[in-house]
Amino acid sequence: MPHSGINVLFEGHNLVRLLGGLWTTVWIAALALVLGLSLGALLGALRTLKNPVLRLGLRLYLEFFRIVPTVVLLFLAYYLVPELFHVDSLPGSWMAVIAFGLWVAAEFSDIVRGALLSVPVHQRESGLALGMNRWQLFRYVLLPQALKLELPATINLATRVIKTTSLLMLISVMDVINIGQQIIEANNTTYRTGVFWVYGVIFIFYFVVDYPLSRWAQRLAAQQKV
Amino acid sequence: METEILKVTHLNKFYGARQVLFDVNFTLHQGEVLTLLGPSGSGKSTLLRTLNGLEAFQAGTLTFNGQPVVADEAHWQKLRQKIGMVFQSYDLFPNLTVLENITLAPVKIQGRSAATVQAEALALLERVGLSAYAKAYPRELSGGQKQRIAIVRALALHPELMLFDEVTASLDPEMVRGVLEIIKQLSQEAAMTMIIVTHEMNFAAQIADRVLFLADGKIVEDTPGQQFFAQPQTQRAQEFLDSMDF
Repeated sequence: MPHSGINVLFEGHNLVRLLGGLWTTVWIAALALVLGLSLGALLGALRTLKNPVLRLGLRLYLEFFRIVPTVVLLFLAYYLVPELFHVDSLPGSWMAVIAFGLWVAAEFSDIVRGALLSVPVHQRESGLALGMNRWQLFRYVLLPQALKLELPATINLATRVIKTTSLLMLISVMDVINIGQQIIEANNTTYRTGVFWVYGVIFIFYFVVDYPLSRWAQRLAAQQKV
Repeated sequence: METEILKVTHLNKFYGARQVLFDVNFTLHQGEVLTLLGPSGSGKSTLLRTLNGLEAFQAGTLTFNGQPVVADEAHWQKLRQKIGMVFQSYDLFPNLTVLENITLAPVKIQGRSAATVQAEALALLERVGLSAYAKAYPRELSGGQKQRIAIVRALALHPELMLFDEVTASLDPEMVRGVLEIIKQLSQEAAMTMIIVTHEMNFAAQIADRVLFLADGKIVEDTPGQQFFAQPQTQRAQEFLDSMDF
């Protein structure tokens, strides 16, 4: 019976499995973001201090994660960490959370640093003149204003992280791409055009997750120009 | 007027090798209004900023309320709660409402009760005619309104000394008077001790108990207010007053 191949999506539990893969993608990205944004905020704040050793160390950390391709980071985490630290009980998805988290922390530290430095010096002095110490100045003056400045860039970083999770199949994590690949291979003979439908659905999944974030970032950035 | 609030002795300040304040000496008594006058670049603002630790000094001593000032960050933090400062750039915190701007430091830094501080802030806002704006954000206010609130914000900490650094210099002319009125009230009704850097000669003439006239980082004249404007003692000050069309 001739058909377009769309039925590949409704064979067995294929659609449910794809949705499950999407969930894996989303939770790994979400955890990596939680870990990375917290660590990155701290590192970014530390990078505004004048200590030269600290600055150099954190700068090297940033450059390392920026220069080394994400896929290499994933392999390093997946193959080297268990070897080096003699842990093999951690599944690949957790290794991915760690690798992505450290990458996000590096990128976010740069965003935070830039935002903190762009809070006008008058704001800093106003805070000091009210008797704030360094921590209070950071907590009540710099951080709230920096958060607002850095929000669009942060959301863009989040969309990048979600997209980059497509590399997870390389370390055998059952993310949405990997599951899609399995479905395509299993149905290759019966649905020769299945690949189109499976990747079409995956395309829509990524779009549905990323597009609202991207619009949100655009709106915030436009508001800040006013 | 006899209690000494601030005593400055042999204060010298350098930016690198360049000296910007030369052997500054003066004493300020409770309730006194001291005005720093002088041409641009004479060191007025630098001197004022030195008095609350925003600028470091390299030699000399400051005595506040009879206690020598230990010029490190921790001591300055405590002192700055007693020495309020208002700047030329009216920098309220943009992410906080007017009321939050005022109550932030008394509650979070001085640890006073939020309810008391809030009531007091509202009363202060009432006094400067801005109680309707308690819930507004800074971006909704004019420059003059922001500057009045910056003054209230500093007062909410119960300072013993107020420093005003050219607070009307970046305001539109029609906004200037309202701000100056508040400073005048503060002097007359609350007998607040203050040091004012200003280019508003009429205002200075009305409010100054004493004038320090600075030129090139040195105090050229230390004269009672009335006398300074009527009959300055130095040629340099006379020229300055002439140049300001006073």
